[in-house]
Amino acid sequence: MKDEPNLVEMRDITKGFPGVLANDRVSFAARAGEIHALLGENGAGKSTLMSILTGLYRPDEGEIIVAGRRIELHSPRDAIRNGIGMVYQHFRLIPPFSVAENVILGLDAPRFLLNMPEIEKKVAALSESYGLRVDPKVKVWQLSVGEQQRVEIVKMLYRGARILILDEPTAVLTPQETRELFLTLRRMAGNGHAVIFITHKLHEVMEVADRITVLRGGRSVGTVEKKDTNPASLARMMVGREIPPAPSRSEGPRGEKILELQAVQAMSDKGLPALRGVSLTIRAGELLGIAGVSGNGQKELAEVVTGLRPVQAGRLYIKGKDLTNRSPKEIIEAGVSHVPEDRLGTGLIPNLGVLENVILKEYRRPPISRGPLLDRRAARERSEDLVRDFQVKVAYLDLPVKLLSGGNLQRLLLAREISAAPSLIVAVYPVRGLDIGATETVHNLLLQQKARGAAILLISEDLEEILHLSDRVAVMYEGEIQGVLPSSEARLEEIGLLMAGMKKEATTA
Amino acid sequence: MNKQSQLTLTLEKRLAPSRWISFLVPTISVAMALLFGAIFLLMTGHDPLKVYEIMAEGAFGSKYGLSETVVKSIPLMLTGLGVSIAFKMLLWNIGAEGQLYMGAFAASWVALSFPDASPGFLLSAMFLAGFLGGALWGLLPALPRAFLGVNEVITSLMLNYVAILWVDYLVYGPWKDPKGFNFPLTAPFTPSADLPTFFGTRIHLGLVVALAAAAILNVVLWRTRWGYEIRVIGESPAAARYAGMNIARNILLVMFLSGGLAGLAGMTEVAGITHRLQHGISPGYGYSAIIIAWLSKLSPGAVVLVSFLLGALLVGGYSIQSSGLPAATVSMLQGAILFFVLGSEILTKYRLVLVRRGERRAN
Repeated sequence: MKDEPNLVEMRDITKGFPGVLANDRVSFAARAGEIHALLGENGAGKSTLMSILTGLYRPDEGEIIVAGRRIELHSPRDAIRNGIGMVYQHFRLIPPFSVAENVILGLDAPRFLLNMPEIEKKVAALSESYGLRVDPKVKVWQLSVGEQQRVEIVKMLYRGARILILDEPTAVLTPQETRELFLTLRRMAGNGHAVIFITHKLHEVMEVADRITVLRGGRSVGTVEKKDTNPASLARMMVGREIPPAPSRSEGPRGEKILELQAVQAMSDKGLPALRGVSLTIRAGELLGIAGVSGNGQKELAEVVTGLRPVQAGRLYIKGKDLTNRSPKEIIEAGVSHVPEDRLGTGLIPNLGVLENVILKEYRRPPISRGPLLDRRAARERSEDLVRDFQVKVAYLDLPVKLLSGGNLQRLLLAREISAAPSLIVAVYPVRGLDIGATETVHNLLLQQKARGAAILLISEDLEEILHLSDRVAVMYEGEIQGVLPSSEARLEEIGLLMAGMKKEATTA
Repeated sequence: MNKQSQLTLTLEKRLAPSRWISFLVPTISVAMALLFGAIFLLMTGHDPLKVYEIMAEGAFGSKYGLSETVVKSIPLMLTGLGVSIAFKMLLWNIGAEGQLYMGAFAASWVALSFPDASPGFLLSAMFLAGFLGGALWGLLPALPRAFLGVNEVITSLMLNYVAILWVDYLVYGPWKDPKGFNFPLTAPFTPSADLPTFFGTRIHLGLVVALAAAAILNVVLWRTRWGYEIRVIGESPAAARYAGMNIARNILLVMFLSGGLAGLAGMTEVAGITHRLQHGISPGYGYSAIIIAWLSKLSPGAVVLVSFLLGALLVGGYSIQSSGLPAATVSMLQGAILFFVLGSEILTKYRLVLVRRGERRAN
């Protein structure tokens, strides 16, 4: 297998988006017959790199070589013509259509008459040969998620894909389905395909990959053979060098318990278990950081605490009061502020002006409301105060907030949430996409609130940020808290292992 | 290569649609719709200018014509306001027509049941009944929408047929006037149930009700907590939930109000125009209301203006029938107007730009 030449090679790929360099001279190569894992945290540039390989984006610089020939990819159609196929995390299937109909969707051949029995036979034979059990006549909506994924794979094989990219394929699968998928991938590699497997889960990498390329911050950290590496060293490659402990963290007095979760369970939007018995406490004047790769229940955790997502089991207490499954309004009134992940759309209303966004949570209370009426003048004064105190740069107060820059948006959002003098602040990815200056402002505001005595729940995928700000760090993986560590004692490597779900190995090591 | 210098048209998003663009685009659209209608008139051997002139003359050219235009605009305003407030919250109430019929039915029931009541009491009770009739009919599709997520477009539309056929059942059956020569209508109401009229024309008190409703809605939308909630929910349901707003309750309230306004239109039609309940009391006001809501960008003040213009179109339509054109010409023009306005909607949000293919546009 080693002597196999590279089936696909990407050389010095650079791709920038406004404000970020998603890929910075990344090189990557996969051979026929191997399973090659592309490992990295969210935002490391994995998806961008693969979107370039599937013709979705065009690189600013760099070249792509398939089977020894330099190619230009203008569209996903071009990619499939060159034998490159991708199975996305979110399936591209049409539920009321049959499996066979989905497989031939978008193909030019046959041009006019569809001989479905013939096509079904072909699809059946193809799926048989790869051990992808799926009935071509069945409608897609009747299939389980795992079976739908098989249809996606068959779709790519039917199109003659020799290079198969799977984007976090196990995210939606049960453990049994995962095992079956791995067998299929092995069989495909055995048939001379190159399988590229995007993931951030270390144990999967160790289980199925032959080689691993690690990306971090848009750069390639390196490619290693699985037999030459171990989870700890991969974790280190993934999260970077050890970071010096944060300089001075103001240790304010710890007060009463503000937030307490007891064995909370909740479902994701898809109806799958997202939180599986989460327990944690935060006291007044304490900042608890939740580390973890996004998609492991952090979003659901924040929504449960703010009343936006129902709790299936367990209890939620705020300042000792049982607020399990109470409305968002009651939780706001209990003194909980929320800086949501989706700033523009949830935290702020894009088409409404600054003023109308400022009063979003205060409009029910005087002085903004006078009986059933809104006091426009009071609202204007309130907005002027906030804009001045938090240095939000706006031309005028009726300016739709969608026209504000990212840093200004977040300042406005924080201004509103902080000005309510909350007992608890839930901040979800509060500096994502912000530049250094804005990041610092947000961090300082959060620390000020902590010093004032607020409890803060900070969710972030940036370990550096978490270690820098938190008093304690809780690591989430697949809806569970893997461990809670005082951040002064937390070692990056240990957190990295916990983030990748290597709890047992980490504790026994 | 020639490919390099190929010019193509692309759409570029406008940051903030300017005020005059959002006025200019619909105006041009209406002009385009009239132009489109002119082609059809030409093809059927009519002089479009002549036809439009007769229409304008019929709608505005005399005291009678003008007053009739106002008369027609009253139910259009009330249903248009009802539809607008629902649309503002992204509730697609297509059921104004049925709500109008149910309002007419409820008001008629009051008028027929208490013929001896004093005018003040009778009219007040009819207003209340008309509002409630439409409001409860509007609530019917709102309940499954609020609690089960059932699409209100289909349910509110279907309920139109139920309401229209219910009224037909009454006027062809139990409520039919025994002295009515077998026509599908009820006995005339007592004179106490007549809405006061103005200037010796058919313009009735409904105009005052409609204008007051527009003024009140304007205040509600822009000056009250409830109006703020409606606007926030309409703009971003996720933000509304995040801010602790009760979306289900607002769906019920807004549909209640929306249906109630359409119900008032039904009441003012029977009490102000027909003075009885009869088959076909609305020539589709509840559907025209959808066009009005869209043309007026859901602004109550604009609804008043646009209703007047569509009222003129209806009255103008009647006057061209004498020159051998079918009344359906007006329906066609209405349809064309909506079509052109919706089609040009994109131009208020985007601008057309010429770019060379192959070149990347600077940010």
